[in-house]
Amino acid sequence: MARMNMIEAIRSTLAYQMSKDDDVLVFGEDVGYFGGVFRCTDGLQETFGLKRCFDTPISEGGIVGVAIGMAAAGLRPVVEIQFSDYIYPAYDQIASEAARLRYRSNSDFCAPLTIRTPVGGGIYGGETHSQSPEALFAHICGLKSVIPSNPYDAKGLLNTAIETNDPVMFFEPKRLYNGPFDGDPDKPALGWDSSEFGEVPDEEYRIPLGEARVLREGNAITVLAYGTMVWVAEAATREQGIDAEIIDLRSLIPLDIETIQQSVEKTGRCVIVHEATRTCGFGAELAAQVQERCFYSLEAPVARVCGWDTPYPHALEWNYFPGQKRVAEGLAKVLEAA
Amino acid sequence: MHDRRTILPIDEKPSSPELHIPEPLYRPGDKPDFSHIHVRRSDNLERPDVLVDSYETERHAGGLIRVMNMDGDASGPWMPDISADTLRQGLRSMLTVRLMDDRMFAMQRQGKLSFYLKSRGEEAISVAQALSVRKSDMVFPTYRQQGILVARNYPLKRMMCQCLSNAGDPALGRQMPTMYSSKEYGFFSISGNLGTQFIQAVGWAMASAYKNRDDLAMAYIGDGSTAEGDFHYALNFASTYRAPVILNIVNNQWAISSFQGIAGGQSKTFASRGLGYGLASLRVDGNDFLAVYAVTRWAAERARRGGGATVIEHYTYRAEGHSSSDDPSKYRPSEEANAWPYGDPIDRLKQHLIKLGEWSDEQHAELLEELSEMVRETYKEAEALGSIASGTGIDPKTMFEGVYEHMSPKLEEQAELSGVGSWRE
Repeated sequence: MARMNMIEAIRSTLAYQMSKDDDVLVFGEDVGYFGGVFRCTDGLQETFGLKRCFDTPISEGGIVGVAIGMAAAGLRPVVEIQFSDYIYPAYDQIASEAARLRYRSNSDFCAPLTIRTPVGGGIYGGETHSQSPEALFAHICGLKSVIPSNPYDAKGLLNTAIETNDPVMFFEPKRLYNGPFDGDPDKPALGWDSSEFGEVPDEEYRIPLGEARVLREGNAITVLAYGTMVWVAEAATREQGIDAEIIDLRSLIPLDIETIQQSVEKTGRCVIVHEATRTCGFGAELAAQVQERCFYSLEAPVARVCGWDTPYPHALEWNYFPGQKRVAEGLAKVLEAA
Repeated sequence: MHDRRTILPIDEKPSSPELHIPEPLYRPGDKPDFSHIHVRRSDNLERPDVLVDSYETERHAGGLIRVMNMDGDASGPWMPDISADTLRQGLRSMLTVRLMDDRMFAMQRQGKLSFYLKSRGEEAISVAQALSVRKSDMVFPTYRQQGILVARNYPLKRMMCQCLSNAGDPALGRQMPTMYSSKEYGFFSISGNLGTQFIQAVGWAMASAYKNRDDLAMAYIGDGSTAEGDFHYALNFASTYRAPVILNIVNNQWAISSFQGIAGGQSKTFASRGLGYGLASLRVDGNDFLAVYAVTRWAAERARRGGGATVIEHYTYRAEGHSSSDDPSKYRPSEEANAWPYGDPIDRLKQHLIKLGEWSDEQHAELLEELSEMVRETYKEAEALGSIASGTGIDPKTMFEGVYEHMSPKLEEQAELSGVGSWRE
């Protein structure tokens, strides 16, 4: 058992996959010699050589485009898009090409590639280093979308993502790279050594895509969250002394709707929390599915606590970020409803 | 150097910063006149060593490599070493494509197909290129390279079934007509989103080099789609990683209704864009079967010997509408195709073979008859398997399959909801 932060968990998983399979190639902007702006690929070029881990031009569409060609040729590329805010030039390649290659060719060709990209705010990244675009990818059939909230899950999910024979979006909440974050920027930052989820077994393990984690069991209300907001929700419910059941989705597509349904049927109340903008966010899909399946168990309308429908502001970052206070208000509203 | 007028009419010298909206030479009602284009074969474009520095291809990128003149005589430094049998095979494939195109277009008009795209006038490009590389070289085509499948002896019936979207289509009618896919025949699944596959071909080629194979990739893009970012991604990555790929630009003058000047073709040749990326760049008469064959052999050898990518601009003319949904008489003179000075690729190869004493008008007529009969009969067999008019025979259940490697519970649920049945029984 080793203590790891999320960066180390991701890096060691990449190293394991590369050592196991020569067809796994890692590339992206600054990922080679330098090891990535968040250090997730540090040392991989030195260990595996230039041809296994290399720098690319600043060209997200090009990175994903060549990855599709490589994947179709039998390789298993794992590419990094430096910030998910930069991913839009690659959107055509992801949505029109990677996601549909298998279907349109009746599995004659497929694109087993993993696209890693940091998401979320909380680092004073302004509008171009803070976005959470997961809903734009969850909407695309043919893609899988994964988002770990801790080092343990990052390792298990990344192993599965790379070994999956379909394209997987692997969103990394950048505020969680070095430690859990409860939404309060004024507290000293905690490292992952403070959490049981920073304990990462040495042996390789896989977490199936589509299995949520019940982070904490409870009976009063169900909280659906993923990524950074898992820890904000956990802190908010703990501080408020609410008997909440917190579900960390871990994978948006496929979605573990069974676990969600069981929980909401038990609690009768549901709050959805995400950092992305509210309108047409993934919370809209969650709310729709919860009411489709659990309407007669619900004792209150489903509520969403999300980022505002504005670009991510720099100076007003913490006004935008759906912190503990907003989560607590959302919980209270749903708990107080008849 | 190239004759500027082969690209555009010489403009008056500008005197003020006026917004320039490019317009083609001729519009409906005009009498097309291309007499300013000199179609003489120029022998001053030597065939350089395949590992030459890219900048030494500057004249080739601005000029026009030709082997055949308009009478069917062939000579010059690019004269390829090619047997009469291969030439006859090329002629046969080109004729097959044209006859099939005509047949399928007619069937589209009868409502048997939803849509069709012909390649009339451009057959030499796909057929000559298919014959000049290996079947294990993966091509990333657009929808006007059906000639590659035909030249690689892909079953015609299967192509027709794809167009009919019937039970004989290996891809279960999931794509519009002409969007073929066959890994076995080295033919990548066609995307209707233009340009996207140019960069994917570079990735395929990088994978080939990574695996120490000497197979190459061959990509296609139209003059219009060179304006997409993917074009520049491809040239940049191909140059950066010295990928063994041939990057073909088929300049057929028209992107639906927009002439090539709208894609920036008025000031420089499309081939010359490759030079800026440090890629060998050749511009070839795309209606000259021998020249297309020769430059492709050159580029393939360069790639296989580690010299990296070559950009080839095939200078040609889209002799018919963009597709069955298009009416070119709305935006260009209907006589323009006939006035196009580079002639018809099939007629030109036929003349060349006759000059060689390897072909005759009688043999040509016989071949036409044989192929017409074959296309007609094959079409009958294909249509017997269904069409969008008579019922495609595609099991609706298959709509839900193949989105992912494994069926997802969500799709199972939706399939049941749609009434097509269940996988859970």
